Amino acid sequence: MTTLSDEPQDPQTHTRWSAIVSNHVFWVVIATVVACVLLSIVTSTFATSQNLFNVTRNFAFVALVALGMTAVIITGGIDLSVGSTIGISGIVLAVVMNAGWPLWAGIGMALLTAGLVGLVNGILIAYLDMQPFVVTLGMLSVARSLAMVISNNRTIFDFGPGGNSLLALGGGSFLGVANPVWFLLVFAVIFFVAFVWSRWGRYVYAVGGNRQAANLTGVPVRAITCSVYVICGLMAGVAAILEVGWLGAVTTGLGTGDELRVIAASVVGGTNLMGGIGGAFGTVVGAALIEVIRNSLILLGVNSFWQGTFVGSFIILAVLFNRLGGDRRGE
Amino acid sequence: MSLLELNGVSKHFGAIRALTDVTLHMEPGEVLGLMGDNGAGKSTLVKIIAGNFPPSHGELRINGEEVHFHKPIDARAKGIEVVYQDLALCDNLTAAANVFLGREPRFGVWPFRFLDHKEMYRRSATLFKELKSETRPRDLVRQMSGGQRQAVAIARTRLAEARLVLMDEPTAAISVRQVAEVLDLIRRLSDQGIAVILISHRMPDVFTVADRVVVMRRGSKVADKPTANSSPEEVTGLITGAIEAA
Repeated sequence: MTTLSDEPQDPQTHTRWSAIVSNHVFWVVIATVVACVLLSIVTSTFATSQNLFNVTRNFAFVALVALGMTAVIITGGIDLSVGSTIGISGIVLAVVMNAGWPLWAGIGMALLTAGLVGLVNGILIAYLDMQPFVVTLGMLSVARSLAMVISNNRTIFDFGPGGNSLLALGGGSFLGVANPVWFLLVFAVIFFVAFVWSRWGRYVYAVGGNRQAANLTGVPVRAITCSVYVICGLMAGVAAILEVGWLGAVTTGLGTGDELRVIAASVVGGTNLMGGIGGAFGTVVGAALIEVIRNSLILLGVNSFWQGTFVGSFIILAVLFNRLGGDRRGE
Repeated sequence: MSLLELNGVSKHFGAIRALTDVTLHMEPGEVLGLMGDNGAGKSTLVKIIAGNFPPSHGELRINGEEVHFHKPIDARAKGIEVVYQDLALCDNLTAAANVFLGREPRFGVWPFRFLDHKEMYRRSATLFKELKSETRPRDLVRQMSGGQRQAVAIARTRLAEARLVLMDEPTAAISVRQVAEVLDLIRRLSDQGIAVILISHRMPDVFTVADRVVVMRRGSKVADKPTANSSPEEVTGLITGAIEAA
């Protein structure tokens, strides 16, 4: 009895989806470990508890947003507005608390703002079929500008009666690990479970894999597309709250240029800009690798002007890595 | 009472008349060969039945009850499943994920409801076995041959317990050996009382498996007769217009 797969052109089906993805992620993990080991040997300053504390906290901000970004990129989209979303929700948080409202109100308003920015992006992209690149590029400018309007371009460092708890939330630590890292841990697990075990996650991959097919099989493509931008916005809001608490002051420049680092973290972590491929673990590791490299430049005394070159080159290298890894779907 | 009835269905896109006054009925277990040249209205007809868009005029009835489909999911709810020509699969997902796409079994209580991966792998393995396909549930569709993809697309309709399956050129992208498999499968669907509309350019397929042949030309139905009373020559003539109607 012949079977449907008994075919001359039967391709090798031994490599699995999980294997392909973990391949990329595996190499990023290796690179991160190697970088850490090398830095520990070469410098006496890397493997100190203070430096590691700083490194983990710094990458937590980027990684938190990158988790949301990964969801967006898996659907085949992009969100360039996350840096400005961090800016505007940080400003809203500061303005609300500066006016004497308690911490919960500040957090609520900051998340509401971030969610609204994401919702506007999502509606324009999902329901009006606009290009994600254009919409979020516009939003990058709009949100940054609104942040200046709301705050009158002040630097705010008085967070009213709730100020101390805000500073403790973002700047504090628990069991020797910075609070943002704990938040990252929790959100990474939530995103991992959502990507792998939830129907929403399955649909996010389906939309990125074949939008038409997803629609034909009854996947609510528009709602899913909209949801990832809202979630990405909310993650930018979460990062903003923690970052403001850590910095203890907000300027309207908060988060400027973060979109690049966030996208880099996601892409270095194995998320494919063509959509359909990516994961929570890879994203966190990608963010870690970038921060370790950035940190190493500082520790090795390299002029900080070089940082942009490295982050930018990393995105390009990661995409190149994807191509060499046999991903030629664009052709 | 027919499983599916189309009464006077027309469809126009602006000034373009894609379908003109098509009346059609399908009985349970019947296999209908739908033939016609490119642009004859086959796809439009199928898309109306599948709920991609509503007709401009005319009515659809399922088991005698008038239905209005606005989205494909409306048609699916009535037991109409489509196997698309491009198979409508997500390359980046596994075979099992594709079979269950839009119908994932889950466990747990809201809001903690999780995908039942085990069940999806198990049931799709059973379905592939029934289809005598060696497609493995955990394989990525990207890595599959045309035949394996076909098996995934067909397994999807089996899962749905469809009453009517629309197949758009199911034998176009696969080898001769696999064509026999797919035709066998169509018979198996028919044996279970599932009606099949087979859209095909391949005359031998239609005459092998279909009970009835419908020919479309320029948006109108020009023939509707048992395959036993027709011949490939006649159908060819009807498609090209050499024979006006039959």
